[in-house]
Amino acid sequence: MLNNRRFYIGGFVVSLFLAGVVSFYASSSPDGLEKVAEDIGFIETAKENTNADVLLSDYGTKGVDNERASVGIAGVIGVIGTAVVAGVAFKLIARKPRMVKN
Amino acid sequence: MHIPDGFLDVQTSVIFTGLSAAGVAVALKGARSQLDEKTAPLAGLTAVFIFAVQMLNFPVAAGTSGHLIGGALAAILVGPWAATLALTIVLLMQAFLFADGGLTALGASTFNMAIVGVWAGYGTFLLIRKILPKKKTSIPVAAAIGGFISVPMAAISFTVQYAVGATATYSTTTVLGAMVGTHILIGIGEGLITGLTVSAVLASRSDLVYGWKNNTQKLEIRNA
Repeated sequence: MLNNRRFYIGGFVVSLFLAGVVSFYASSSPDGLEKVAEDIGFIETAKENTNADVLLSDYGTKGVDNERASVGIAGVIGVIGTAVVAGVAFKLIARKPRMVKN
Repeated sequence: MHIPDGFLDVQTSVIFTGLSAAGVAVALKGARSQLDEKTAPLAGLTAVFIFAVQMLNFPVAAGTSGHLIGGALAAILVGPWAATLALTIVLLMQAFLFADGGLTALGASTFNMAIVGVWAGYGTFLLIRKILPKKKTSIPVAAAIGGFISVPMAAISFTVQYAVGATATYSTTTVLGAMVGTHILIGIGEGLITGLTVSAVLASRSDLVYGWKNNTQKLEIRNA
């Protein structure tokens, strides 16, 4: 049994590694839904994402030309961002004595 | 399975945003009574891990890839309510930070993955766990099957949305066949990743795994 500290640090480091390093090797083929939409034809109804100009759009970091670094930085930011948002959210949700005000 | 803007018409997007909001509200209530200081960090880590693994598209057939959804995985690790919330957080991060999945379709995507994916996966897990011997080694197997089933179920859920209000006019049966066929293949990957991850967490911290401890622990009296 790992102690808490080791377990959580371990899990976080594994996530950082997957999103920051391994993600470069991910398949760039369209995913299931996208492929089905292409094959059948309803991909044409897709509109450009209203959010397409965002800094990390499509898991690339704007202004970083090196592909490995571009996706890696995006992944690391995503992992840290998710950790902050989910960490705070679940901490508030789990707080017992008082209900969180909406 | 992140739906881009434009696939679904406005009414359908609104309907499924409403359904997702209701589902998330119920999940909030459930998670509030289930999570405590000990299990809350695992819910956070589960969201982080799922975000990371969702970036790892694996090839499934010529020119097609898939990636983990993680609904079943999250439900088995932290319970279905916290799982719905964890998946919703991941989808929000992806839509707003990475433009992955359209913003108007976010409610529909949340419905398919954070609600249908989670509950179909968890329901299947419970069913298989019941059938298998009551041993620790049965848990990853049941988890893998739950993960496997959750993906075509989410694909069917998308097809329902398509039938309700797609902007395209291709036949729903064609879409259903293609969606289910492709997502059975992706489901195999989902099942493998789910089973392996659950078995890794069981090996290191079985006391934290919701799908294992609520099978073995007797009810205990706690102070509110």
